[in-house]
Amino acid sequence: MTVLARTVEATRRYGDVLALDHVSLDIRAGELVGLLGPNGAGKSTLINLFVGLRRQTSGTVELLGGSPQDPVVRRGIGVTPQETGLPESLRVGEIVDFVSAHFPERADKTELLGRFGLDGLVKRQIGGLSGGQKRRLGVALAFAGNPRMVFLDEPTTGLDVEARRALWDGIEDFHERGGTVLLTSHYLEEIEALAQRVVVVGHGRVLADDTVRAVRDMVGVRRVSLDADHLPELPGVLATEREDGRIHLVTTDPDQLVVELVRSGAPFSGLEIRPTTLEEAFLAITAKESAHV
Amino acid sequence: MSSLLVAHTRYLLLEQLRVPIGLVASAFFPAASMLAFVVPFAGQDPMAATQATGSMMLIGAMSAALMGLSITVAQDRELPWNPYLRTLPAGPLPRFAGRIITTMITMLVATIPVLLIAALFTEATITPPKLLLGLLALLGASVPFMLIGLFIGFVLPSKAAIGVSQVVFFPVAILGGLFMPPQIMPGFVQAVSPYVPARGAGELLWAVTAGSTPNTVALIMLGVWTVAAALAAGWAYKRDEGRRFS
Repeated sequence: MTVLARTVEATRRYGDVLALDHVSLDIRAGELVGLLGPNGAGKSTLINLFVGLRRQTSGTVELLGGSPQDPVVRRGIGVTPQETGLPESLRVGEIVDFVSAHFPERADKTELLGRFGLDGLVKRQIGGLSGGQKRRLGVALAFAGNPRMVFLDEPTTGLDVEARRALWDGIEDFHERGGTVLLTSHYLEEIEALAQRVVVVGHGRVLADDTVRAVRDMVGVRRVSLDADHLPELPGVLATEREDGRIHLVTTDPDQLVVELVRSGAPFSGLEIRPTTLEEAFLAITAKESAHV
Repeated sequence: MSSLLVAHTRYLLLEQLRVPIGLVASAFFPAASMLAFVVPFAGQDPMAATQATGSMMLIGAMSAALMGLSITVAQDRELPWNPYLRTLPAGPLPRFAGRIITTMITMLVATIPVLLIAALFTEATITPPKLLLGLLALLGASVPFMLIGLFIGFVLPSKAAIGVSQVVFFPVAILGGLFMPPQIMPGFVQAVSPYVPARGAGELLWAVTAGSTPNTVALIMLGVWTVAAALAAGWAYKRDEGRRFS
C-alpha cells in the first residue's frame, strides 16, 4: 500500500530538549492511526513535522511523496485548528470559503457543514457559536479541501458525549471512503472506538506500534477487581482505582498479586481477573518507560 | 496564486470591517485635528490649507501603518489560528500581501473625512489629477511606516506594540511637521525635522498636491528610512519565523 506520511529516523530538538528521538513511522493510505502519549511525549512535535509547521533537526519527513514544507504537497492534507483560534468576527460560511480557497478540490459547503452537524449555521458569526460547535467547525475545516489525509489533534476535547459521537461518525465516514487519518486524543476510548492501529509515543520515541488489540495484549497487563474495605501494599500494582466499593488493580503479574493478597490475610470477595483496556495498557507502557529512564 | 491573494485580502478586510475600531481610529484622529487646527488657523490660505490637508491625510495613513499594522501583526502572532494558517497550502506571501492591501485600503478610507472637511470648510484647492497623484504619493510615502509597523509587530507582544507604536507615532509626526508647518517650529526642531521619515513623506505629498519645492535632505532621508525599515522588518520576520516554525 502507498505510504502517505513517513518519518525515517526523524529527530527534533528544541535547544537542549530532545522532543523526538530517531522516530521512524509509516502511515499508509486508508489507515486510521491513533497517536497516544502523555503530555510532552512528542505527539504534537510529530504532527507539526508532518504538517510542515516545524522542520526536523535530522532525519527525513515525507508527506504524500514530497516535503511537508511544500505548499503544493499540503493540498492533499487537512488539519484542525485549535478551538480557541477561530477568528471570532467571521461567519461560518466565510471561514469555510476562506479555507476552501486554498484547495483545488473543494467540499460542498452545505454538505460539509451538515456532515458535522452544523446545518443552518452558515450565516452565524463564529463568536456566537457554542464551544462544541466551534470544535466541530474546526474539525470540519480539515475536510474542506477533500483531502487524502487528515491530521486531527484532540478533535473532541471538551465535547459532550453526543457531540463526540457525531464527530466520530464524520471521521469514520471519511475513513470508509478511503481517507487516511492520524488522530491524537486524550480519550483512549476514542482511539479504541476509531483507530485500527495505535502508535504510543513517550520521551520522543515510539514505544509501541500495533493494532489496538495487540497493544492491549502486548503489555500483558491484567485488571484484578475485588471487593475489600482495606488493602495492604501489594507488589507490581501499576494503578489503583476505586469504583462503587470495588477496587480495580492494574498489574503485569496477576498471579503474583493474588498470591500476595491471600498471604496478607486481608479479607476480600468477588475476585475477578480481566484483560485490560487500552487505557490500562497505555499506563503500563508509559510507566515501564519511565522506570527505565 | 491571485485567487489566494483575493481570499486572504477578503478575509482580512471582513475582520477589519466587523471590528472597525482600527478603521475608526485611523479616520477619526486626522479628521478631528483637521477641524481643531487646520480649519480655524490655515483654512483661509489656499496654499497652507492644501498643505495642511496633505499633512492630515498623512497622519491618518501613518496611524494605520504604524499602529494598525503593528498591533494586528502582533496579535496575529499570539493566536493559535496563525500556526493553523501555516498548514494551509499557501506560502507566507498571500497573507502578507493581504495585510498590506488591507492597510492601504484603511489608509484611503481614512482620507475621506479629511478630504470632505477640506473641500467644505477650507480654501484648499486641488485638481482631480493632482488628487490622484497625491493619493499615490500618500501610499508610496507610507511604505516606510508600514515596514516600521511590521517590524514592531514582529518583535513585540501585542500589548507592548500598542504602546510602542504610539510612542513612535506622535514624536515622529510632530517632528516631521505634520501637526504644525515646519517653518514655524523652534530652531532645534527645524534642525532635526528633515531626518525623521514623516518630514520626507510630508515634503513629497506637499510637492505633489500644493506644488511646493521639497526639502532634498528630507527626501533622501525618506529613502534611507525605507531601506533601513525594510531590512529591520525582514530581519524581524525571519527571526520570528525561525523562533516559532523552524
